[in-house]
Amino acid sequence: MLKGRHLIEPGDFSLDEIESIMQLADNIIANPEGYSLVCKGKLLASLFYEPSTRTRFSFEAAMLRLGGEIIGFDDPSNSSVSKGESLGDTIRTIECYSDIAVIRHPREGTARLVSKFAKEMPIINAGDGGHEHPTQTLTDLLTIRKFKGGCDHHVVGVCGDLLFGRTIHSLVKMLNRYQGVKFVFISPKELRMPENILGHLDAHVYTETDNLDEVIGDLDILYMSRVQRERFVSEEEYLRLKNYYVLDKKKMKNAKADMIVMHPLPRVNEIATEVDDDPRAVYFNQAKYGMYVRMALIAKLLGVEDKK
Amino acid sequence: MINVSKLKKGIIIDHIEAGHGFEIYKELHLNDIEDVVVLLKNIPSKKMKQKDLIKIETDMQIDMTVLGLIDPNVTINFVKNGEMYKKIKLTLPKVVNGIMKCRNPRCITQYETVKEIKFYLVNEEKKQYRCEYCDAYTTFIEED
Repeated sequence: MLKGRHLIEPGDFSLDEIESIMQLADNIIANPEGYSLVCKGKLLASLFYEPSTRTRFSFEAAMLRLGGEIIGFDDPSNSSVSKGESLGDTIRTIECYSDIAVIRHPREGTARLVSKFAKEMPIINAGDGGHEHPTQTLTDLLTIRKFKGGCDHHVVGVCGDLLFGRTIHSLVKMLNRYQGVKFVFISPKELRMPENILGHLDAHVYTETDNLDEVIGDLDILYMSRVQRERFVSEEEYLRLKNYYVLDKKKMKNAKADMIVMHPLPRVNEIATEVDDDPRAVYFNQAKYGMYVRMALIAKLLGVEDKK
Repeated sequence: MINVSKLKKGIIIDHIEAGHGFEIYKELHLNDIEDVVVLLKNIPSKKMKQKDLIKIETDMQIDMTVLGLIDPNVTINFVKNGEMYKKIKLTLPKVVNGIMKCRNPRCITQYETVKEIKFYLVNEEKKQYRCEYCDAYTTFIEED
């Protein structure tokens, strides 16, 4: 039963619960009209303390397509935060008006903290600093299911900024719960996977390298990520690392015919635009699935999925 | 060897790793109590080569959690009427509530007032704990 629950990190839900969200997303994709009024009369609070295009739009589009409505902000300087209000007070106030809240914040652990102040309103973590991004993970799982038939027994290459990449942290922890998944972590040494994520994995399920060319032929899924300027203290360090990996047609020649390339977007230079036309490039499909999976999640947390 | 008179009542914190005694003295706020407190440093020890030791002539309760975090190998002896009646060997607590602070500069607890932060033991050897909010690993005593 997911009604009234929070989603702060993927581990908050069992695999069966995640499967039920995927199945609902499949149903919504097959019959969007059937779900266009299930959230009528419901309000989603969209609390974005950090810039976002895809995640915010996909949540807001998801709620509107379910027949619900939205309140919120995308610039904290327009809210009482600028007057020094605590997160706890903000959430307790928002709960007076809203049925469900989505929060993005630059500080790690924010969503877990605010979930302690919400009495009945489900909180969805839409990204907290470099920590977690569980709804991107749901998006990724739906994409993998669609293109690879399921999430078990894949060799998953994760490439780029593994230190600050919150989408990656959530995805790796999640995929590790499926059967027979192996990881190849590809990054410069400065941006390696942090020990608190590696701590979740058995040593035999992952390898680490800085050479994408050497391993690309072994992969079933290649998950690329952006080196995020906003996470760096030193601009010089960012400039040195930002183009460390560029996936292009030449590299793709060595990949399996059925390998898929994923990316949470936005992309900067890490995937050359010439790869976009390759049928193995599925990152724009991911963006579309993101809205459907968020529709399914909202409906589940509000307990309205069966109301047609 | 300096001699310190036998304790009539109170607590003897023994087998403290040499150099950790003052840390324990500070964390237990022993400076604030009015009872007799003795801190002995660098005592020769057969087992440890050198050790620290604290004697407190008091009825006060000790927060074992803090002691376990600073030095999980210490022994605590409880004394009544000049006799030792209870001996406890500490271990690292599995969960620590409200004592530690997260060292991750990006953690929300550095910016918002959070009353009690829970930490979960993840690596006994390195004495590492995981912050309940940001999941970063941290230690009670700063790592070298």
